[in-house]
Amino acid sequence: MSSTEQAARPLSQTAQRGPLARFARTYSLQIGIVIVAIVIWLLFLAGSPQTFLSRNIYAAFMSSTPYFALMAIPLTLVVITGEIDLSFPSVMAFGMTAFDIVFTATGSVALGFIACLLAGMLAGYLNGVLVTKIGIPSLVATIGTQFFWRGAVMVITNGQGLGMGAVQKTILYPGLVYRIGGFVPMQFIWTIIFAVVVWFFLNRHKFGAHVFLTGDNVESAKLMGVNVGRTKTLTFVIVGLAAAFAGFVVSEDLLFFWPTMGDGYMLNTLASVFLGGTSVFGGMGTVFGTFVACFIIGAINAGIVAAGMTGFWTNLIYGFIIVVSVSLQTIMGKRLR
Amino acid sequence: MADVIQLRNVSKTFGEVRALHDVNFEVHSNEIVGLLGDNGAGKSTLTKIITGYHQPDPGGELYWKGEKIEHLSVQKARDLGIEVVYQERALADKQSLWRNIFLGREMSNKWGVLDIAGMKSETRKLMQTVMGFTSSAITADSMVRTFSGGERQGVAITRALYFEAELVLLDEPTMGLSLTETKKCLDFVNEIKNTGKSAIFIDHNIFHVYPVADRIVVLDRGTIAGQFMKNELTLQELIDRLYLVAQTGSLAEKGEAR
Repeated sequence: MSSTEQAARPLSQTAQRGPLARFARTYSLQIGIVIVAIVIWLLFLAGSPQTFLSRNIYAAFMSSTPYFALMAIPLTLVVITGEIDLSFPSVMAFGMTAFDIVFTATGSVALGFIACLLAGMLAGYLNGVLVTKIGIPSLVATIGTQFFWRGAVMVITNGQGLGMGAVQKTILYPGLVYRIGGFVPMQFIWTIIFAVVVWFFLNRHKFGAHVFLTGDNVESAKLMGVNVGRTKTLTFVIVGLAAAFAGFVVSEDLLFFWPTMGDGYMLNTLASVFLGGTSVFGGMGTVFGTFVACFIIGAINAGIVAAGMTGFWTNLIYGFIIVVSVSLQTIMGKRLR
Repeated sequence: MADVIQLRNVSKTFGEVRALHDVNFEVHSNEIVGLLGDNGAGKSTLTKIITGYHQPDPGGELYWKGEKIEHLSVQKARDLGIEVVYQERALADKQSLWRNIFLGREMSNKWGVLDIAGMKSETRKLMQTVMGFTSSAITADSMVRTFSGGERQGVAITRALYFEAELVLLDEPTMGLSLTETKKCLDFVNEIKNTGKSAIFIDHNIFHVYPVADRIVVLDRGTIAGQFMKNELTLQELIDRLYLVAQTGSLAEKGEAR
């Protein structure tokens, strides 16, 4: 009973606050992340005005941040359901391996692109089956598939890369990586499209309602007739699809597919999701938070380079961000209870 | 009186454990059935079979208003009009009040796009009428984890009411509630009776079950130990018999009930 009395008190306090306070409370996560972004930007601006006042750094942000933002945005869904996917870096390369095989066999870029996306969805579906049908914790299942797909890529390609020159002659090249006005890259536009579409399905569609419910209280979700297994599997499929798409964009932008592609994306993608306020316990999270956090992570990367620090620092800082943001969520979660 | 739901020879086995053993159970139209039993008697298993969460072992049969139901699922049960008020665990803590009211049954168009404005306005209406939430601190957007035990139970009960259930299952609804909250909950059960619907009231506490039930069924170790109409015996007699069940596994003296 004492928990009841404790819970009643903060309620009566909120009653005295106005609609502005209510807005701040509802969107506290989003407001927080925007403030963090502005503070970090001001810090970098003060520390290295030459770099951060030039156009070039923003052009660089817009072209390299989408490489992992395209995956971090859908990964937010998986984390909200209370699961995790660590296999996406390998799935990036696996999708491109499917492209490699089909393109080499048929000479068709379009067929190769379709094969790439299908391979990504297949990899995501496998994760979903391992987690929901067989019942392996997703952390373990997706570490397994991470190594499995990387191994498959290496065996199939024999460690050999593939030139992507042929793609330049198709519509996919301008469609995915063209620089609008020589400044805004198409992959940045695609990132915004991804964010809007995922936001819509998360917040304005039944699927999203079930994603939240599954992560919040899986028992209740089942009792209320939500197909928990299907919901989780679908989130894994979406991440697989997005990873394959991101792999294609990266390869096309660099005009070469490296079989080791994806190795550097694990930490910054995960850091973006957790820094964006998505709860590691599930049931809570925003696409907006992840989107802004991706650019914070991108800026930190650029800031480290601009500050003249070695690249070794990036892992240290990303790891630190993950631990701090998850700790903060946990502490704040306890206070709310 | 016609039966709303009828279970025939229903058993349920989990691995080695037989949670229910050849249970025959029915709820008549406009009847409140009190289901009593100790921990492990099979109350939750029976509830979960009626709500489609568990399937009975082969051979067990379910009838809804006289019609046989094959493979009852949670969705199917809800469509028939079977609604459950679980203990507070049935709420999604980190979600808003309106999302909790429409849990698993969101208002949407044929593409699955949510009608958020519609759900919020329905929730506001329910808050004023059924739930009796007068505090200005609670809005349709409030997160339910800030609610008190009684408020949470109110949400769960309102959910059942809103969707106009034919048969409401209340799974230990008074657990952890204060005196006034308990009274409100029992008033709700009477309300079900008055509106012509049926209910199964599952509880440990005979002092809560006895006043509102028409018929009392006692489960013990997976079988129905006995049942009787409330007007057949007083509360004191009921208590005496429950002690008897605990000792012997049988409620009835020879020749009575079952």
